Amino acid sequence: MHFLKLVFKNIFRHKLRSLLTLFGLVVAILAFGLLHTVVNAWYAGSDMASAQRLIARNAVSLVFPLPIYYRDRIRTVDGVTAVSVSNWFGGIYKDMAPANFFAQFGVDHENFFDLYPEFRTNPEELLAFKKDRRGAMVGRHLADQHGFKVGDVIPVKGTIYPGNWEFVVRGVYEPRDDTTITRQLYFHWDYLNEEIRRKYPRRAEQVGVFIIQIADGSRAAEVSRAVDREFANSLAETLTETEKAFQLSFIAQTETIVMAIRIVSFVVIVIIFAVVANTMAMTARERLAEYATLKALGFGPAFVGMLIVGESLAITLLGGALGILATFPAAAGFKAAMGSLFPVFRVAPETVAMQAACALAVGLLAGLLPSIRAARVRIVDGLRHIG
Amino acid sequence: MVSISRLAKSYRRGDQSVPVLFDISLEIPEGDFLALMGPSGSGKSTLLNLIAGIDKPDSGTLLVDGEDITRLSEADLADWRAAHVGFIFQFYNLMPVLDAFENVELPLLLTSLSRRERRERVEMALSLVGLSDRMDHHPNELSGGQQQRVAIARALIADPAIIVADEPTGDLDRKSAGEILALLRRLNEEMGKTIVMVTHDWHAVESARRVVHLEKGELVDAPAPHAAGSD
Repeated sequence: MHFLKLVFKNIFRHKLRSLLTLFGLVVAILAFGLLHTVVNAWYAGSDMASAQRLIARNAVSLVFPLPIYYRDRIRTVDGVTAVSVSNWFGGIYKDMAPANFFAQFGVDHENFFDLYPEFRTNPEELLAFKKDRRGAMVGRHLADQHGFKVGDVIPVKGTIYPGNWEFVVRGVYEPRDDTTITRQLYFHWDYLNEEIRRKYPRRAEQVGVFIIQIADGSRAAEVSRAVDREFANSLAETLTETEKAFQLSFIAQTETIVMAIRIVSFVVIVIIFAVVANTMAMTARERLAEYATLKALGFGPAFVGMLIVGESLAITLLGGALGILATFPAAAGFKAAMGSLFPVFRVAPETVAMQAACALAVGLLAGLLPSIRAARVRIVDGLRHIG
Repeated sequence: MVSISRLAKSYRRGDQSVPVLFDISLEIPEGDFLALMGPSGSGKSTLLNLIAGIDKPDSGTLLVDGEDITRLSEADLADWRAAHVGFIFQFYNLMPVLDAFENVELPLLLTSLSRRERRERVEMALSLVGLSDRMDHHPNELSGGQQQRVAIARALIADPAIIVADEPTGDLDRKSAGEILALLRRLNEEMGKTIVMVTHDWHAVESARRVVHLEKGELVDAPAPHAAGSD
């Protein structure tokens, strides 16, 4: 009790110094949390990937399509329970402004949403979507962002598939949880194919990727190999992988940026460690005579050392707690400022745990050296010291 | 009480060894009030530190109540100090974040006394030094004399056998110094405390029963306090 009293009373002996250190800690822990949330947001797409979904794409490159007739042959592969298709459309809504960008995919309207249970649909809306050749399903995030509602017509200018396209909103799908991205528009691949067949016949009957549902996620590698074997030595060989691996291959293209963000987040912690360590070193040096007095009175070196580590921990844990608390509103503000760049931007429990662990580590390490010095100081030397 | 035999102490300054005390032998009986005098650098504070167990000699023995404290480990020495020695410093050395009550209570935190027992003892000690009405004052709210009285209360709170005082009046005005010396005399005469005091002040020496003079690390014959006069 007296130990804690001494620790807490000591914290604010130099109010300005303590408050500045606290402020630095809050900013550092907040920055660390935000940067890690950005990294997590980067991986959000792969986080929602299912272990029971495989993606088959052209083995040469994703930009090359696969023939639609592969669908029937993939269905026959042992372990496959369903096959759907997805085709990147790449249209422009309104203009090229980043705020108006969203992904559009032509999908197999009959079963696509069966393969994605994380997209919660209204059965009536889904039925209406399936019945309408020009029908589209938009995600909740996208609908809220642009004010889309059932019945609206969304005009999109094709880039890969030139022309002016119109999609009629037939339903809004909801996310299963906050890791589900609902910023996309899905429409009928058949509609896309019909138009292509009419305008560019040589590009018809082709899809971007096949989405393969498998019965047993533990057999993903085996089924992937079986699918690829099926099309080996053909004109369009396939590369089949788990959905997560497929998503991560996109992130790998920006891996250097993600790595840089990670490094910066830890550099911030190293800097604040240096700041706190300097504060504690100054503090301990100034109080050497007090520590020597305590030792003269019979208090052991461990008690003196713990006083310093305790003070360091109290400051960093207080700063850490405030930094963690500030992370949530800061993340919300960051998300709002970034618009639709990060569809999923939430402070994960793991991030909070890492923030707390960093605060704890900084507190312990920053207090360690000064505490050892104070614990070891000879009483007669300490008593002579003028703080 | 304290029996010092052939005590020697030197300090290292770089590669050099600087001798401070040579072959000191001294007896301090129980209930004595000994003043250690000498010019700066004569070794009087070093001798006091050795008696108090906050420094260790290079050679010789230092028996306190028959126990050679030069042989105690650091941890044992800390326990021994807590139980046997009360400290009074020139600059009081109170904890600035603690009030008078809490400062006096500090040595009792190392004992098994209950909170209530500690409170009773602290109140009694502060009453003895005339600071009952200043218990909740922090050191910066007290005068120098009052701070030293708090330090005296802290020194005697654990009922130590010996009180060491290093220039207890060195930072005080004449009036406050007189009050502190009177208090020390009371501790010695009424409570039987053995006091070893380092001082430059001949007025302070007059309060002592005995004076030991150190010069260049050796004991020399000293004039009697009453004959010394003031310098």
